Amino acid sequence: MDMNQYLEMFIEESKEHLQSCSDNLLELEKNPEDISIVNEIFRSAHTLKGMSATMGYEDLADLTHKMENVLDAIRNHKINVDSEILDVVFESVDHLEEMIMDIADGGDGKRDVKETVEKLKAIESGQPIASQAQAIDEVAATAIEVLIEESTATPHLQYDDYEKTVLQQSSEQDYNAYEITVVLREDCLLKAARVFMVFDILEKNGDVIKSVPSADQLEEEKFDQQFQVAFITKDAADVIQKKIMKVSEVDKVIVTPLTQELFTTSATEVTQVDTPVVIETIENNTNDTKEIETKQKSSTSTKSTTHTSSSKTIRVSIERLDILMNLFEELVIDRGRLQSISTEVNHSELNETVERMSRTMGDLQNIVLTMRMVPVDTVFNRFPKMVRTLSRDLNKKINLEIIGAETELDRTVIDEIGDPLVHLIRNSLDHGIESPEIRKAKGKPEEGTVVLRAYHSGNYVFIEIEDDGAGINKDRVLKKAISRGIVTKESALTLTDKQINELILASGFSTAEVISDISGRGVGLDVVKTTIESLGGNISIESTEDVGSTFSIQLPLTLSIISVMLVEIEQEIYAIPLSSIIETAIIKKTDVLNAHNQKVIDFRGKVVPLIYLEEIFEVPRDNEIDDEYQSVVIVRKGEKLAGLVVDSFIGQQEIVLKSLGNYLTNIFAISGATILGNGKVALIVDCNALVK
Amino acid sequence: MTSLVDQDYIKMIVFQLADKEYAIPVSNVQGIEKLMHITRVPKTLNYVKGVINLRGVVTPIIDLRERFGLPKAEYIDSTRIIICTLNNMEVGFVVDSANDVIDIPVISIENQPNVVGSAEVDFISGVAKIENRLLILLHLDKVLVSENN
Repeated sequence: MDMNQYLEMFIEESKEHLQSCSDNLLELEKNPEDISIVNEIFRSAHTLKGMSATMGYEDLADLTHKMENVLDAIRNHKINVDSEILDVVFESVDHLEEMIMDIADGGDGKRDVKETVEKLKAIESGQPIASQAQAIDEVAATAIEVLIEESTATPHLQYDDYEKTVLQQSSEQDYNAYEITVVLREDCLLKAARVFMVFDILEKNGDVIKSVPSADQLEEEKFDQQFQVAFITKDAADVIQKKIMKVSEVDKVIVTPLTQELFTTSATEVTQVDTPVVIETIENNTNDTKEIETKQKSSTSTKSTTHTSSSKTIRVSIERLDILMNLFEELVIDRGRLQSISTEVNHSELNETVERMSRTMGDLQNIVLTMRMVPVDTVFNRFPKMVRTLSRDLNKKINLEIIGAETELDRTVIDEIGDPLVHLIRNSLDHGIESPEIRKAKGKPEEGTVVLRAYHSGNYVFIEIEDDGAGINKDRVLKKAISRGIVTKESALTLTDKQINELILASGFSTAEVISDISGRGVGLDVVKTTIESLGGNISIESTEDVGSTFSIQLPLTLSIISVMLVEIEQEIYAIPLSSIIETAIIKKTDVLNAHNQKVIDFRGKVVPLIYLEEIFEVPRDNEIDDEYQSVVIVRKGEKLAGLVVDSFIGQQEIVLKSLGNYLTNIFAISGATILGNGKVALIVDCNALVK
Repeated sequence: MTSLVDQDYIKMIVFQLADKEYAIPVSNVQGIEKLMHITRVPKTLNYVKGVINLRGVVTPIIDLRERFGLPKAEYIDSTRIIICTLNNMEVGFVVDSANDVIDIPVISIENQPNVVGSAEVDFISGVAKIENRLLILLHLDKVLVSENN
């Protein structure tokens, strides 16, 4: 069978499963007691194993299998979760990721993982743990403790008022109330069918008051191996138990009588179990209650989200979206033509139709654009693991906080910002956050915090990386910059604090005394700056020594459609991005002053140099115009202003950004082109190149 | 192009510049367009006439007459733009007229362009003589090497 058509899907899904593995592993590290998280990881690993085996990637399947064994042991309380074990599991996830990447690059997904496999095996057999028996004892002990805690704190099932009344009335009418836990066999294939058969038996012998998970979820097989029901009947407990046991593939049935206190008061104790055999049951029970509780919680909160993500989305390749975008752009251009024709013809029905079409196209544009938007989470989600590994390597304690991961950005931008962000975070961890001893000495908490924050503002998305580390030592930066010849001694005196901070983004700069392999040799940060600027973005640094630094990246929402101001010079139309325009002005020729060789104007108390676009762009002019007034567009780059002199303003417009192709590269002061409503090409002015 | 060499014939587009006929392989040609509005791009070499909107794709235009150092000519009705692709670049060439698509027998191609002795000699990969016509085969790589840098 040709597997190629499934390959892409396989890779995508594997990535997702691995991501959920590492997410959950991190979660597990925080709550090592929570077995439901282990179950989540187990499920992802299991699916991954199945998929890779089907696709014929044996190594992948094999490693996943070993990992699964360890997880299984954890979930059955054979092993205690500790950071050593998690390290090994993380390591395997890393290996799995590498394998998937290899497959995605056309490789065979083979990789030498002997060492990790050995470690996994060792863990599975319990070797690294000093005494296995003791460990199991401990597990059992904690399990019982937990059970008692659990049972005193919360009953098995929560009942609402209506259910309580029913239970109460039934007990008054000599019905027995039970809580029944049914455990299906691990290898049970038709879980829903078994559930149905169990319910069938129950309903013949009494009434089911409540089930956890709910009947709907049971029907959809949305449960692990077991479920719980509250049941009233006239039969005795053992009779019910035997009847249910008759259903095949049922592993265990636990029937506990439900006493009045159990459902009326919230603090109740599970009937004390009297035989020693029951330890296992207790353990299971603990699991049950825990699991069911988390299920209950999650069924209300996460149900809606999982629903939408699993069934209401389809995968579309980015190329198809690009094609759609291109076709749409052509439509936009045709719409422009149609509009001008309809104004010429002035036919009322035609006008109406064109009007309506324009409106629909506006909506369509929004949809096409939002379709290309992806939450930044797709980039952010790899950072928690990275930070964890790095902080271990660096022997630092670091807590990464992610805020606004749901902020959306255009896919093309997302693809590009991953590497710059990795650089910046590594930089914060390596150079920013101090070692625990130094932090202590400075009177800061031992654990450093790095906050990764994303948010929308206007037409931009901001991504900030904030750390509470050492901050930037300005004197050291200046000294270094002077010694490296980045600035001269004289100009160094005039620099503002912000400009000094930004020196670390200059190429050939590294202040770390020890060059580590984590954040390079100062080649990183200037690459970050260029990448971000090539995306039409900006990066700035705020820093206070010993308090911390904030790297702030400003990115355009989308790279494909921008707002511009169209201007005219002689016969030629140019587009100036609205993002760099401060305002437009009409000035008298007599207001233009001469400063040295530069024409300047006094604009709101500031001296602003004038740039004649006509000269810069060598526009051929047939007849010299001699107007008393001049149209000026005031633009800015950072703090600096400049006035671009043009013939006239046409107006503001949303345009589709196009590149000039591979033949014409590096054209001075032109960043791209667009197609106007009349089908002609207009060039986009790159203000950053004009303002010096 | 290598696959074409195995065959006996190469299919080529023939166009005219001044009084000479030139040919480029069909495999490099995307289409032939009538003249349309060209937007001038400032600060480029003189033979780069600007860019056009080719069905939504911004395509740069090179005037082949100027590229070869031939005297300029007015653009007239028969003037055509031949859209070529090479090495991921899409470029349009302004030519006096595009005449023909013909199969040129491989054996009729000679490598030594002794016959031609002008500035465009660098751009010629060979000449082919078919009946009474002398076709100059162009070396597109060289035509597109930009001396901007």
